[in-house]
Order: sequence, then C-alpha cells, then structure tokens
Amino acid sequence: MTERIVLSMRSVGKTFGDGVQRVDALLDIDLEVAAGELVAITGRSGSGKSTLLNIAGALDTPTSGTISIAGENLVGLDGKELALLRRRHIGFVFQEFNLLPTLKAGENISLPLELDGVPLADAREQAEAALNEVGLDGKADRYGDELSGGERQRVAIARALIGQRNLLLADEPTGALDELTGESVLQLIRSRCDAGAAGLLVTHDPGWAAFADRVVRLRDGRIESITHRSATPPTLERLEL
Amino acid sequence: MGIREGMLALLADGPKYGYQLKREFEVATGEAWALNVGQVYTTLQRLERDGLIEAHETDDKERHSYRITDRGQDTFVEWMTQPIEPSVANRDDLSMKVLLAMTSGVVDAAVVIDVQRASTMTALQDYQRLRAETPETDLAWMLLLDRLVYQGEAELRWLDRIEDRIEQASTERETTITATRATTTAVTRASGSTND
Ligand SMILES: Nc1ncnc2c1ncn2[C@@H]1O[C@H](COP(=O)(O)OP(=O)(O)O)[C@@H](O)[C@H]1O
Ligand SMILES: [Mg+2]
Repeated sequence: MTERIVLSMRSVGKTFGDGVQRVDALLDIDLEVAAGELVAITGRSGSGKSTLLNIAGALDTPTSGTISIAGENLVGLDGKELALLRRRHIGFVFQEFNLLPTLKAGENISLPLELDGVPLADAREQAEAALNEVGLDGKADRYGDELSGGERQRVAIARALIGQRNLLLADEPTGALDELTGESVLQLIRSRCDAGAAGLLVTHDPGWAAFADRVVRLRDGRIESITHRSATPPTLERLEL
Repeated sequence: MGIREGMLALLADGPKYGYQLKREFEVATGEAWALNVGQVYTTLQRLERDGLIEAHETDDKERHSYRITDRGQDTFVEWMTQPIEPSVANRDDLSMKVLLAMTSGVVDAAVVIDVQRASTMTALQDYQRLRAETPETDLAWMLLLDRLVYQGEAELRWLDRIEDRIEQASTERETTITATRATTTAVTRASGSTND
C-alpha cells in the first residue's frame, strides 16, 4: 500500500496578538496524516491543540509554514476557495454538538453534497446509507434535539465523511459524553479511519488518545513527543476461570 | 490466585477426580499455569485434612474423586467475597526513580517522567487496539484488557500530576526563598525599631 498523505503541515507556527499580548500558540509543527490513520493530539490545556486542529481544518491560517490538504497547498487560497476545500474534503466533530438544529439528521448529512450539486434524491440516499454505517438506521428524520448526545456525535461523524470527504477532525468529541457512550464514539472514529479516512483527534484524555496509531503530545505550542503503537501487538497471558 | 482456591472453585462446580482437576485448572488458566500431578494431590490431601473436601467415589483404578464439603463451600464463598487488600506501592520502582532524580540531580525528574509517559502510552495504545480486535463476547479477555487500560490511564494521570507538583515545588522554592529574605528584613527592621 502506498501511503496517501491527506494532511501535511510543515514548520507551522501561529502567533496571536503582539507586544506583551503576544502568544506563540504553535511553534515549528511538522505533521502528516495519511489515509487510514488516526492521529491523536494531546497535551495540557492551552498547549495549542485546538489551534492546531483549526489550522489543519483551514478554519484558521498559520502565521508561518505551509499546509496542504488532499495534495492542495492552502497558502494563497482566498476565503471562498478555502470554504470549497473544506466542504469537499474536511469534516469536523466538536465537543458541543454542531448539527444545524433546523435540519433533520439526514439533511444535516446531505447538505454538503447538495451544496456540491449532487441531485437531491441522490444526496438523501447517500445520507441514509451513511446513517446506516454509523448505526443510526431509520433516524434520518429526527431533529438534533430528538437524538441523544452519542447519536448526535454519530451524525456529526457520518456528515464529516460524506461524499469524497476523508479528513475527519475531532476536537474533544467525547467531552460531553459519559464513559460508555464516549467509548462507542471513539470506536466509531477508529473504525472509520480503519476503513480509509484520515483522522486527527484532539483530546486531553490519555485513554481516548490511545485509540490512535500515533499520539502527538504538545507542550507550549511545540511537539514534545510522538508515540506509536507497537508494530506487533503484545501477547498477554490470558486470565480465565 | 492459589492452587487451593482454584481446586475449591472447580469442586464447587461438582465432584471431580484429581486428573480432571489438573486438566480443568490448566484449561481455566489458559494453559498459562501448568501443574504437576504431585501438586494437585498434595493440595487435595491438605484440603481433605482441613475438612474442606471429602472423598466421593472410587473408580476401577482405585482413584478417588472428591467433593466439596459445606465448610469448603463456606470457605470458598468467604474468600470470594472478601476484598483483596489494596497493595500499597510506596516503594515501586517508578516512584523511587522520580524521587532519586529529584534528590540526586544527575538525571532530571522531567526526563524520567517523559520516558515513562511515552512507554506507558505505547502500552495503552496496544491495549486499546487489542480491545478493539476482541469480540465483546470474550469476557475473560475483556476483563483483563479493561484492567490494563484503566491502570495505564491512571499511571499517565499520575505522571501529569507529579510533573505539576515538581514544577510547582520548584517555583514555590524560589518564592519561599524570596519571601524568607523579605520577612527576615522586615523582622530585623521591626526589632530594630523596638530597640529605639
Ligand atoms: N483567538 C485567540 N486569540 C488569542 N490567543 C489565543 C486565541 N486562541 C488561542 N489562543 C491562545 O493560544 C494558546 C493555545 O490555545 P488552544 O489552542 O486553545 O489550546 P488547547 O486547545 O490545547 O487548550 C493559549 O495560550 C490560548 O490562550
Ligand atoms: Mg482546546
């Protein structure tokens, strides 16, 4: 398998404010995420996790360095071009549920396709299939407030990867969920990445971060360490009776 | 868990012969714990002597099967329902390393913490992957993996916490030194003024 790099950041820096107000939120970040891979960003509060995710998702621009998504260099693109790139390639899942409240679950998912000119019936059909894939068969007509927290995150994940979108960016997606629901949401993100999506997961929780292939730890805006899971899983002695 | 409790657990399930107990014990512990026949018979003799099991039937090779007695049943249930004493790991290697780093000054405590954090995170990543690949129905395996995951998480939280404490202690030490100087000056001044 040849690695298909979906997200690439090179020497990325981000500074907010100036003078005494100046904050170097990110410094010299090099990061690549390939299709089929889940990378976790972890670190203390204020270490730059959200800033990194926002830049990776073209919601914010770096002060220095370069970034490319699906092979396209973002430097120099205007607002409209960035919006189009986001719609085509990137999906977001935030802690606070970000579904459009006036739309049904199915419509939330089909919207980006419709905006891209996919015929309505076709878009709805794809949304239906995407809902099945995240275990929400038959819930296309529910509004956000008619779904549980975990179900809303599932809708957000389905929407994040609809059509040709294959970069899933999640910022503390389990923050508002209980342990068990959180785990099933993480499992879903993991399985979508196993199925070929590229995922970047921001979390301060070591247990959730450990779902990733690589865990990148930030400290004061810099990459402090990167840990990989073992190439061959360890063998453990079974415990049974 | 001891062989004794293992034998009692298997006998609580119904009378069995020694060779059956040996085989079932090995299967139950995932073949990880091989027993020799001698160990099995010594254990059974002790259990019989203590009145926890008794001879039941004899086969054509003159071998006895055993069954659990009421007292054996009670002993087993009591053992199962007693909490296991929490092990107070106040001398574990990691704590020792961190403390020694703080006192010796040869290796920075932060380095010890970073190295451990990376290693524990890798292990945690491996456990999460194993968990994902294990069918939910394989309860025995899940039980073990869940435990390892929570232990790993706890260790990582602890590492973050002691890192904070060490940082805090070093800034406080600086503040204390400055504060002590200021107080000393103030006291000197005060005593100076009463002397006036
Ligand atoms: N819009 C902003 N304006 C000024 N400072 C900001 C802004 N966004 C983030 N920061 C600062 O950048 C640093 C990193 O923030 P953030 O990426 O939100 O951290 P995290 O998500 O790890 O908690 C913090 O010091 C934060 O105060
Ligand atoms: Mg954040």
